[in-house]
Amino acid sequence: MTENAAAGTSSAMTRAKPLMVLPKNGRNRTAARVKAAILRWLVRLAAFATTAVLVLLIGYILVKGIPNLKPSLFAWEYTSDNVSLVPALINTVLMTALSLLIATPLGVFAAIYLVEYAPRGSKLVKLVRLTTETLQGIPSIVYGLFGMLFFVNKLGWRLSLLSGAFTLAIMVLPLIMRTTEEALLAVPDSYREGSFGLGAGKLRTVFSIVLPSAMPGILSGVILATGRIVGETAALLYTAGSVAAVPAGKDFLFDSTRTLAVHMYLLSSEGLHVPEAYGTAVVLLVLVLGINALSSFAAKKLMKK
Amino acid sequence: MNENTKRREGTGGPAVNAVRNLTSAGVREKAMRIVFTACACVSILAVALICAFLFANGLPAIAQIGPLSFLLGTTWKPGNDIYGILPMILGSIYVTAGALVVGVPIGVLTAIYMSRFASPAVNRILQPAVELLAGIPSVVYGFFGMMFLAPGIQDFLKSDFARETLHIRGGKGLSMFTASLLLGIMILPTIITVSKSSLDAVPDSYYEGSLALGATHERSVFSTILPAAKSGVLSAIILGVGRAVGETMAVVMVAGNQPAIPQGLFKGLRTMTANIVIEMGYATDLHREALIATGVVLFVFILLINLCFSAVKGSGRND
Repeated sequence: MTENAAAGTSSAMTRAKPLMVLPKNGRNRTAARVKAAILRWLVRLAAFATTAVLVLLIGYILVKGIPNLKPSLFAWEYTSDNVSLVPALINTVLMTALSLLIATPLGVFAAIYLVEYAPRGSKLVKLVRLTTETLQGIPSIVYGLFGMLFFVNKLGWRLSLLSGAFTLAIMVLPLIMRTTEEALLAVPDSYREGSFGLGAGKLRTVFSIVLPSAMPGILSGVILATGRIVGETAALLYTAGSVAAVPAGKDFLFDSTRTLAVHMYLLSSEGLHVPEAYGTAVVLLVLVLGINALSSFAAKKLMKK
Repeated sequence: MNENTKRREGTGGPAVNAVRNLTSAGVREKAMRIVFTACACVSILAVALICAFLFANGLPAIAQIGPLSFLLGTTWKPGNDIYGILPMILGSIYVTAGALVVGVPIGVLTAIYMSRFASPAVNRILQPAVELLAGIPSVVYGFFGMMFLAPGIQDFLKSDFARETLHIRGGKGLSMFTASLLLGIMILPTIITVSKSSLDAVPDSYYEGSLALGATHERSVFSTILPAAKSGVLSAIILGVGRAVGETMAVVMVAGNQPAIPQGLFKGLRTMTANIVIEMGYATDLHREALIATGVVLFVFILLINLCFSAVKGSGRND
């Protein structure tokens, strides 16, 4: 009897425990659910904010700028009245072409060395990677200062197309190197082995097998570099100067030129031609975003392969 | 026999030709190998030249002004030959900190959303959006800040709410706040892309283990995947710091650029980058060298940030 009672109480006690825990457990579960909901909405909010900022920025520039795209903005010659952007646009094309002409072979060849030739764990490769990473982190204004000190003053190239192009070439070199390296690494080794097996040398294998297969990746890097060159301002202000005319004549490489981005900066900092500045912003934005879209298109083509 | 050898010498028979081709191919291989190696060394040369020219032109000025009065001087008056860049150093630090306050939470949360929450359809919109944000030139950001953000903030500061409730008086649109906000937006793509790729790289087994223990999806992501991707997120933030410290044009256009110790959140300030761009156009002699020296200080800042970045990346690899 007493034993039974004792057993009864003990079983009641063991049963009591979960009873006491359960309501707390339920509260925990709601708390967890609330916490989860908060986190879920936080990440959604952040993603929404990112998209909203982009839409706001592009929308604002387009809405304010497109009505200001007057024909006078596209006049052949720049005057202080029409502040035409055409010379700056042509200069941008020249500057881009020249910079890429310098940077692309250097970057692609350097990547070929790193991927195809360099011995494993060589000190040179480590140093190259270290310096490339350093170059990637250097802000454009520091490139501008260096360009001014070295190309403009030391080599005596004055404020010119050539000084600007060399400065920008150094600036985009790490970008081209890295994208080319990735593209080369993505080429399967069986391609190379097949080529060697057929008796081709290393050089021939690189140029007729590896490079063509890596072309879309390299192209996407070069186009990305184009976008950076077109949008660059700080590195050009004190290397290429701000003359708003297309360089002509025998020494055109040594003429001062302003690219579209520099033109945009000068217009907006003068504050005298605000409507035209809006129009120029539209052209610059569309140009750069178009170039970037082209780059990711090329990259996607690579992925499909 | 004799005739035979003669003929071979004369026309260069197939065997001789093959040998000649081989040697010329060997020479070409070697030559191109040297060319490739030389191209790889260009980046080493570039860094060496940049260091040499910046330091050679900047350090004498620092020595002439005095390292302490240059780095810790609170007055910048080129007209009186007083060159103290502490206001600009503080300006750069404040604006960068502000950019992190804006950019890090939004950026990291967006990366988490894209990596572990969003459906593929949503990511097909978000991914290009982030790429677009990365592609917009800094002048356009600056123009947007100057024409849209700064006037908007100026209007807000004039409103009764800001004056009566928040007790902000005499604030300006071109200020630390605007510059921080704009920079925060500009570093978003860097933070998102780098964080996302490190979040993507965390093995699913971590997440599944947490789910199996009864945690919610959200809790699993935040308490297993995020800690596992810690070093990647940290390096994303450091890259963002690098971008914010080095950003020039956008800051020049919205920060107000007063060369004095920053007075408050809604007051103007000048960063090191802005100092160079604004005054280099007309500077001469010691003034010019002081500006280059400002560039040297900025460069050292960037090198330190790079060092932190490689340290964090290195520690991430060891895990």
